[in-house]
Amino acid sequence: MAVKDRVPMKEQDPKERIKNFNEVALGYTEEEAILEASRCIQCPKPTCVAGCPVHVRIPEFIKAITKKEFEEAYKIIKSTNSLPAVCGRVCPQEEQCEKNCVLNKIGKPIAIGRLERFAADYALENNVEEEVKPEKKNKKVAIIGGGPAGLTCAGDLLKMGYDVTIFEALHALGGVLTYGIPEFRLPKRIVEAEIERVKKLGAKFETNVVVGRTVTIDQLMEEEGFEAVFVGTGAGLPKLMDIPGKNLNGVYSANEFLTRINLMKAYKFPEYDTPIAVGKRVAVIGGGNVAMDAARSALRLEGVEEVIVVYRRSKEEMPARAEEIEHAIEEGIKFEFLANPIRINGTEDGWVKSMDVIRMELGEPDSSGRRRPIEIPGSEFTIEVDTVIMALGTSPNNLIPSTTKDIDVQRWGGIIADETGKTSKPGVFAGGDAVTGAATVILAMGAGKQAAKAIDEYLRNKK
Amino acid sequence: MYKIVRREVLNPVVKLMDIEAPRVAKSAKPGQFVIIRIYDKGERIPLTIADYDPEKGTVTIVFQEVGKSTKLLGTLNEGDYILDFVGPLGNSMEVPKDAKKILGVGGGVGIPALYPKLKVLHQEGYKVEAILGGRSEEYVIFKKEMEAVCDKVYYATDDGTLGKKGFVTDVLKEVLENDKEIDYIITVGPVIMMKNVCKMTKEYNIPTIVSMNPLMVDGTGMCGACRIEVGGETKFVCMDGPIFDGHLVNFDLAMTRLNMFKQQEKLSLELYEHGGGHHGR
Ligand SMILES: Cc1cc2nc3c(=O)[nH]c(=O)nc-3n(C[C@H](O)[C@H](O)[C@H](O)COP(=O)(O)OP(=O)(O)OC[C@H]3O[C@@H](n4cnc5c(N)ncnc54)[C@H](O)[C@@H]3O)c2cc1C
Ligand SMILES: Cc1cc2nc3c(=O)[nH]c(=O)nc-3n(C[C@H](O)[C@H](O)[C@H](O)COP(=O)(O)OP(=O)(O)OC[C@H]3O[C@@H](n4cnc5c(N)ncnc54)[C@H](O)[C@@H]3O)c2cc1C
Ligand code: SF4
Ligand code: SF4
Ligand code: FES
Repeated sequence: MAVKDRVPMKEQDPKERIKNFNEVALGYTEEEAILEASRCIQCPKPTCVAGCPVHVRIPEFIKAITKKEFEEAYKIIKSTNSLPAVCGRVCPQEEQCEKNCVLNKIGKPIAIGRLERFAADYALENNVEEEVKPEKKNKKVAIIGGGPAGLTCAGDLLKMGYDVTIFEALHALGGVLTYGIPEFRLPKRIVEAEIERVKKLGAKFETNVVVGRTVTIDQLMEEEGFEAVFVGTGAGLPKLMDIPGKNLNGVYSANEFLTRINLMKAYKFPEYDTPIAVGKRVAVIGGGNVAMDAARSALRLEGVEEVIVVYRRSKEEMPARAEEIEHAIEEGIKFEFLANPIRINGTEDGWVKSMDVIRMELGEPDSSGRRRPIEIPGSEFTIEVDTVIMALGTSPNNLIPSTTKDIDVQRWGGIIADETGKTSKPGVFAGGDAVTGAATVILAMGAGKQAAKAIDEYLRNKK
Repeated sequence: MYKIVRREVLNPVVKLMDIEAPRVAKSAKPGQFVIIRIYDKGERIPLTIADYDPEKGTVTIVFQEVGKSTKLLGTLNEGDYILDFVGPLGNSMEVPKDAKKILGVGGGVGIPALYPKLKVLHQEGYKVEAILGGRSEEYVIFKKEMEAVCDKVYYATDDGTLGKKGFVTDVLKEVLENDKEIDYIITVGPVIMMKNVCKMTKEYNIPTIVSMNPLMVDGTGMCGACRIEVGGETKFVCMDGPIFDGHLVNFDLAMTRLNMFKQQEKLSLELYEHGGGHHGR
């Protein structure tokens, strides 16, 4: 069979989309999905599956799509992946499933992510319900954090019949899916629909509860009758660059910038009350998904004329998803590669005026395998900007470990848990970014699934 | 949803509310704060816990109407609901065990923020005094409450309608000159007031804690909007504070950072007041 080209996915025109926050990638139609699915050669020993952290049965669901059995395709995916509509949109497919597709040898790999998204969106539009009527177990489990790890763990435990309450610090669930990843990449209605599914399974939600402040894990277990706890609190603490001028007005962490825009809808100010202040020229420091999201969000705000991403390595080393980098380039984001900020200069009344940057070159590979950037002496230059957004990564904060007896943490703040999620404290499990540091949605979800199994086992064997 | 169970008008710009929030009431400690969001398009605004009753499950807030959110809050009545109310957030006010006499210095809506700690200290048997200030007598709130928990209360008003005419720092100087027993100071009020109080107490070498009030978004350490500099280091007020050693805080930076969204705040208020709000002119 001849290998045809990958079926392209329709997208909003770059010129138009930089004026709105609507989704950029528009999804496959049924015909397009079937056409793309039919490119899959149904390998007897599918290498793609090994590339997926939760081992989605890829050839099986793709085959179902070719047969127009979209509901069946969805169910196959859903049996190992709780959040397909999300993962289909945000997984770094080119490093996971699609990287391992055999078609790479002769052409473009199957668009596994897009097909996954198609099946999930079909299920969402057609209200495909999962039928689960588990026998009720009279045991309470507390889930701390309503991100992908927590939602997945909750969903699986509910299907086993446990009495599950999710405690979330913010006023909305979803974690990074709600406050971090912008609407134009992951529409909030998709996230809300996934949350709604967990609610329908019988989850209780308590938003506005900061565990460690409002109530402690020890209190939940000793006073409120929770027999097991899953900690999925993410890695929300932003790193700021320690350079002069870092606290000037106009300097944001990417988390603040994105939270204002996504969670608080500051892009709709003054209809929504939370403001955002940007100038004409915005610099974003960093090269990951967070940097791309911040840059592309900034570009969409009124008054912004130019957005420059400043990254200390070169394009090849950028950790962001390939698709996001491409989209950013199409939209006209500028890149200053091999450059590192050394100082932010301010006006007299404390606002950002410009940023001093030094040229870098790449040296030997470091522990991450990427070539280490080294400063080139005397190569400083200045870029005129009035807003600076730092997207340099995040780490777990220590609120839970510091207020819970007997939870061991790594020196950098990550909760120590084994591969099933078990921590040093009996009955307490953890997973997702809180354990690994900032990672991916699919890994957080996988950790939530693992922990649900381990919690079930723990509660069965207890007493 | 969190119910407003009591509402009082303390002066033309300041109101008090008791909010039903049992989890917060149970865990609250003096010095901590809450973040509220009034309705689905509202912003998250921080307010200090002015009192709390674990038995009734209520938390008291006192707020000054300065912009859209606080004005909107002021229009709500007993029986109405606030959409979100999260807390208690931040650290609490701690006083060394061996302190002998504690002086609270409060201005404006900082006074109620001072109150729960002075109340506890008084109950624990410490000697407690306070200097309270405001524009005029009407603007010095919580007088009765403070007098009930302090051995002595001094007043300062800009127009001399209550106590000494002048700033709290004018009274502070006299008190510190005459009373050498005071060995710990807590001050809460406008940033400029806390700055001047700390400048003076540093000269007298008396440890002083302050409560900082930067702009905030999440209040859980996730965004860094609330950052200030303390002893040359960047701190997140919502996690590391709001209570800090006043002799180490960079107040000038804190004041600059409060202006970050001034233009937008003004626009928001104008639209609110001209768009059929209850405060239309
Ligand atoms: C801007 C951005 C873009 C990203 N893009 C991608 C992408 O394209 N693809 C991808 O795979 N990954 C991406 N990621 C990473 C991915 O979103 C995370 O790895 C994933 O969300 C981690 O899930 P989690 O459940 O562990 O934590 P989170 O999603 O961080 O959720 C944790 C939740 O716990 C809550 N919480 C924290 N502390 C407490 C407490 N004490 N009490 C109660 N609740 C608490 C938080 O409010 C939050 O809701 C991105 C991340 C960011 C920030
Ligand atoms: C930890 C903490 C505790 C606080 N406790 C109280 C309290 O108990 N009672 C109370 O009345 N206020 C308190 N504040 C301040 C309160 O949060 C702000 O007044 C409120 O957010 C203003 O919202 P707004 O929409 O009404 O006004 P905005 O439109 O946001 O602002 C209107 C005007 O007020 C100024 N302003 C805004 N925020 C602050 C602030 N954080 N501090 C000082 N000035 C500000 C602005 O510069 C502007 O001039 C506290 C702040 C913090 C961080
Ligand atoms: S979950 Fe992610 S990695 Fe797995 S198949 Fe789907 S898109 Fe690929
Ligand atoms: S490796 Fe590629 S072609 Fe083979 S089954 Fe997987 S998706 Fe299909
Ligand atoms: S308010 Fe966001 S970190 Fe403090």
